[in-house]
Amino acid sequence: MNTVIGAVVRHRLFWPIVALVGLIAINGVAQPRFLNISVRDGQMYGALITILRESAPLMLVALGMTIVIATRGIDLSVGAIMAVSGAVALTIIDNSPAPGSLGTVATAVVTAILVSLVLGVWNGFLVSVLGIQPIIATLVLMLAGRGVALLITGGFITTVTSAPYKWIATGYVLLLPVAFLIAMAAVAIVAVLERRTALGVLTEAVGINPEASRLAGVRSRGIVFGAYILSGVLAGVAGIIVAGNTMAADANAAGMFIELYAILAVVLGGTSLMGGKFSIAGTVVGVFVVQTLEITIIFLGIPPAQSPVFLAIAVIVVVLIQSPSVHRWARRVRDSWRSDTPAGEETKAEVAS
Amino acid sequence: MTTVDVVPEESTTWRRIAQGYQTFMSRHSSTMPTFAAMAILLLLFLGAEAFLRGDFITARNISALLLDNAYLLILAVGMTFVIVTAGIDLAVGSVMAFTGILLAKLVAGGTPAYIAVPVIILGGMAIGLLTGILVQYFDVQPFIASLAGLFLGRGLAYVVSLSSIKVEDPAILWLQSTRIRLGEWYITPTGIIALLVVIVGALVMQFTRFGRTVYAIGGNEQSARLMGLNIARTKVAVYVISGLCAALAGLVLTAYSGAGYPRNGIGTELDAIAAVVIGGTLLTGGRGYVLGSMVGVFVYGTINTIISFKGAEQSWTRIIVGLLLLLFIVVQRYIVGRTERRT
Repeated sequence: MNTVIGAVVRHRLFWPIVALVGLIAINGVAQPRFLNISVRDGQMYGALITILRESAPLMLVALGMTIVIATRGIDLSVGAIMAVSGAVALTIIDNSPAPGSLGTVATAVVTAILVSLVLGVWNGFLVSVLGIQPIIATLVLMLAGRGVALLITGGFITTVTSAPYKWIATGYVLLLPVAFLIAMAAVAIVAVLERRTALGVLTEAVGINPEASRLAGVRSRGIVFGAYILSGVLAGVAGIIVAGNTMAADANAAGMFIELYAILAVVLGGTSLMGGKFSIAGTVVGVFVVQTLEITIIFLGIPPAQSPVFLAIAVIVVVLIQSPSVHRWARRVRDSWRSDTPAGEETKAEVAS
Repeated sequence: MTTVDVVPEESTTWRRIAQGYQTFMSRHSSTMPTFAAMAILLLLFLGAEAFLRGDFITARNISALLLDNAYLLILAVGMTFVIVTAGIDLAVGSVMAFTGILLAKLVAGGTPAYIAVPVIILGGMAIGLLTGILVQYFDVQPFIASLAGLFLGRGLAYVVSLSSIKVEDPAILWLQSTRIRLGEWYITPTGIIALLVVIVGALVMQFTRFGRTVYAIGGNEQSARLMGLNIARTKVAVYVISGLCAALAGLVLTAYSGAGYPRNGIGTELDAIAAVVIGGTLLTGGRGYVLGSMVGVFVYGTINTIISFKGAEQSWTRIIVGLLLLLFIVVQRYIVGRTERRT
């Protein structure tokens, strides 16, 4: 019995899930209507469904970020790619004679994804071919990308009306929001690619020791390249959804800070920023934790602008829980409680080991 | 490098020049990116003078360059300390916003400036201290630790006030409105603060035990520790210095704009990092100069000025700064690669 509980507690998804359930419980107690889900006109409504729908862009971005972080990299440019992708899609729709037709929307979406792919290739080229540090290589696009998006929209906020495009962000299929289904489909595809083939193991190998994996015959360059392309494409899809939410391409605001939220979600989910082992399920839970935290803050009546304070506290708590020195300290405290022998001896052994 | 070969007479001079060049390059390779930045700054000035209206290089313009970029200059000095230890501080933009709005709120509530200014400086240092402690004592990566600082600063800025607060305190406004003139040239107290920060920063980095420890940590932390240098104190201190600079920047920016605004400085940390890198500081740590960062800030500011001169879209600034950043990183990689091969 004890071992089962131990295994559950030690599972790396344990604490993220506890955090998620805890947050939902706080909301449920504070305002019971938070847990209500109603079905109307083939659509589900309720705060929990809102969380599912609103989390889609962050889910897509965090998914790509997980793979990039697993290769020991980081992609700061995702927010800028989202802005470019949204700007491209809406500008195409805006300039077409028939903004409501399916063909226009399909062209816009495909073009936006292709542009994001090119931006991902650019990041991948800088990191894997030129060998520039990922933080800096993607910083270039993070700086320049929003400028490009502003040029595409001509410095204005492009607004359009197009029913099929809006459906991507706010429509429903089988009672569930389309945006959420897109995000889940992306999670499923990436999970199958990484976990049902050797790709995931190779990605972790590159992240754990790039040099050793290269010597072992892993084509690390291609794997790193691919990770940035994936991140770019997923950010592009996220940009399309965000633009569809408001039907406006705001080059300055779209995807602002999303790279930070995505990194936070990935770290919450137990993937180390040092690269190597990654957890897609952990990232999914991490995204829900971040999104629920955001909604909790709004639900509790705190101005949304002040929510970064709570995120800061979340970041600090998470890094402290993961910190090795806190683990050592906790072990020492636990040992001194349990053992009948004087605590000092064990502490010494700990230090010596 | 001792060559005692007998060489034909006519080639010795060339050889000596080539060798001199090689020795110079290998001894001063770490200053090369900074010289490159200065060359670019010069080219920008000359190019702007030649292709724009021809009245670009004027005392008024250059004075305005310092005035408009004083806050960024101060941020870049603090950022240089952090980056030379191979760290990064993402919090500076939002700490600047927080301290700026706090200052505006305090003086609007009747607190005299001589109390309000030390309070905000302590506030900025406290956030820096938090980041530093997370980095040093809890082994948190600087990126994530300062991310907490970024969120904290931005959130606290909104906790202080959700909208902008006008500053009417004469002491704060004096910092901006006073112009000390010398012919066509002028400098404001905010510009003097910025230059003082640069001078103090450069002296501390070059001539104090603390400054040399900062370089040693960036060069090789393990070796620095084995040499008995005080790593822990220095690493925490650089983040506190960065927080201090961010608070000073908050003061300067509030004086400059005459108001505190919680949305100030979104993305400014990136501008500061870009300026530091363009100024020749390596992000891998161990190399870099405060004066180089000053050149980097002026490059950034000059691009901004040229673009507003041309009346072009402001979005071009970010694109060009991004491309310049890329250029410098590639050049730096080349230089580092060469010196590493040689040693």
